[in-house]
Amino acid sequence: MTQIIYDGTYEGWVTAVFEIYEYKLKDIVFAQNEASADLLFSTNHIVITDEVKVKRVLSGLQKRLSKNGFQGLYNAFLSETNKVEEIMFRYIQYVLLSPVNVEDDFGNNDVLELRKAIRLTGKEAHRMEAFVRFQLTKDQLYYAIVEPDCNVLPLIENHFKSRYADQRWLIYDAKRKYGIYYDLKSVSTVALQFNTETNSSKFLAEISDEGEELFQDLWRNYFKSVNIESRKNTKLHLQHMPKRYWKNLTEKIPDIKGRV
Amino acid sequence: MVLERVMEKLSILADAAKYDVSCSSSQSNRKNKDNGLGNAKGYGICHSYTEDGRCVSLLKILLTNHCIFDCAYCVSRKSNDVKRAAFTVQEVVDLTIGFYRRNYIEGLFLSSGIFDNPDYTMERLVRIAKKLRLEENFNGYIHLKAIPGASDELLQQAGMYADRLSVNVEMPTEKSLKLLAPDKNHIDVIKPMEYLKNEIVGHKEEKKHNYKAPIFAPAGQSTQMVIGATQENDMEILGMANYFYDQMNMRRVYYSGYVPISYDTRLPAIGTPVPMIRENRLYQADWLIRLYGFNVNEIVGFDQPNLDLDIDPKLGWALRNMNQFPVDVNTADLELIKRIPGIGFLSAKKIVAARKFKKLVPQDLQKLGIAYTRAKYFLAFATPFQLQKDLTSIQIKNHILDTQKSKYKNDFSNQLALF
Repeated sequence: MTQIIYDGTYEGWVTAVFEIYEYKLKDIVFAQNEASADLLFSTNHIVITDEVKVKRVLSGLQKRLSKNGFQGLYNAFLSETNKVEEIMFRYIQYVLLSPVNVEDDFGNNDVLELRKAIRLTGKEAHRMEAFVRFQLTKDQLYYAIVEPDCNVLPLIENHFKSRYADQRWLIYDAKRKYGIYYDLKSVSTVALQFNTETNSSKFLAEISDEGEELFQDLWRNYFKSVNIESRKNTKLHLQHMPKRYWKNLTEKIPDIKGRV
Repeated sequence: MVLERVMEKLSILADAAKYDVSCSSSQSNRKNKDNGLGNAKGYGICHSYTEDGRCVSLLKILLTNHCIFDCAYCVSRKSNDVKRAAFTVQEVVDLTIGFYRRNYIEGLFLSSGIFDNPDYTMERLVRIAKKLRLEENFNGYIHLKAIPGASDELLQQAGMYADRLSVNVEMPTEKSLKLLAPDKNHIDVIKPMEYLKNEIVGHKEEKKHNYKAPIFAPAGQSTQMVIGATQENDMEILGMANYFYDQMNMRRVYYSGYVPISYDTRLPAIGTPVPMIRENRLYQADWLIRLYGFNVNEIVGFDQPNLDLDIDPKLGWALRNMNQFPVDVNTADLELIKRIPGIGFLSAKKIVAARKFKKLVPQDLQKLGIAYTRAKYFLAFATPFQLQKDLTSIQIKNHILDTQKSKYKNDFSNQLALF
């Protein structure tokens, strides 16, 4: 068994694919950044991301996949689901072997599993388009904290850019410790360590715009008022809005004064 | 904004608007103009969900709940003793923009009680939409109510600024309307619908020839019927819906299970359960008509005027038409595969795509995510034994009911006990 150690980026993974073919490596598993200690008897192969190799693999795939299928592979990678790198690799092997486009061959397990990973990422991206809650600071920055299941910031960037074209905003992924920031011209990726105490009332009072608290209260008020008590359906509510998202949803957290 | 007052108005006027079930923000692709604020997404986004599980996509409010009408089914009826309030134009604009910038909503759904007269009310609604579009450069979604009786000029303007317009028919038949809202006639709602239909179709046609032509209500029009307040059967309700889809180019017809809000003896008493199962079955039937190629008379008819409550309408159709089955998914047309119980629209498409690569076996279908325990009675496979071979419709129905865990099971025992 060979353990392929790469830097955790999509380009790194694509380089690894090149090298698996180049060195004819068999029976592979992927690991990010460091070797897994569970695999005592494996040999390690360390991959350094290489632009030339990335280009060659991607242009080869571009020829064999539809535009959607090509983008889909990247989206599957962003899903970060268990064993997705191995599924993607077996899928690529199948794609490269086959004389016809196999993206819709749902009778094939790897095609089906890949499609599931793509769907998961898509669903999470759509959720973040919905669940981002901006708060306005004194210096007129709209910022939001999210903790998505998949690494979706790269996929929602354009949505927020075209929608909120006239306001500065920052969306920070607290799980992956980076954010995307729009400065009224373009979006850039920013790595920053966000203060984890950001929900404390003192901190919020210090940085918030004076209208912020009012709008949060209005939103909570609205959220309560539109509910129809005699139709209560907690199961459906939770299915659409799972609890793990609540801590970043304004309507699901107590008002600023009520927080510690 | 004067704080407490706006907060109170919002509670009153959001509460009064919540019985309008439409919260769709889809089917408009309005672009962000000149680096302004917002755009509309064709697929729509639900930003939150209430505890009753309904989507919150728009800021859905009444401009006012003052109303000159006394419709028995309506919470804002003149004779009802509720707190009244009215927003100013500026308050609605500020709320919409403030919520939108924080990504709480896709836009505004503005309705209103009729104060003074229809034109006066409609003029206010239009003024708000116009202000949002022209002064705030707001390109998010706007749904306006078209007030029956308002002038064509105002409806025309509304269509220029709004993405969707709707006139609620509320009662499925004239008879019920006369019973519960004696001041109203069906023709009053049909007339603006017809006007809007012609404008929508006309503008679309013009747009084909001249891409600079203005857009008019790009997300079309919709309507709503209250279910269970009066005696109509499902055939009458779906027949009416079918008329709206066919004759009025409606994008959607909404069915709103009546929530008892009145001691009026013409209506179900307070405490009567909301007919949620029936509402659900009507939506399923509606989907079959719009997306699955079913004719309304395949779903309900004089011999069967109401939908089954214990099984969905597609299964109901299949059980009445066993001569159409079993279907071989490896050879059948997409349209027929869509009609198999347990196989949805998307799964049917996947099946048709996947069978080009190999002959599909039951395991493949199970992995695709179809409801196999339900579909298996209707599928033909070259397996040694065919499950559905000797079973009658009733046996199949019982098998399926035994294996499925209905989310409504509890409601059922309640309901049956009532009768």
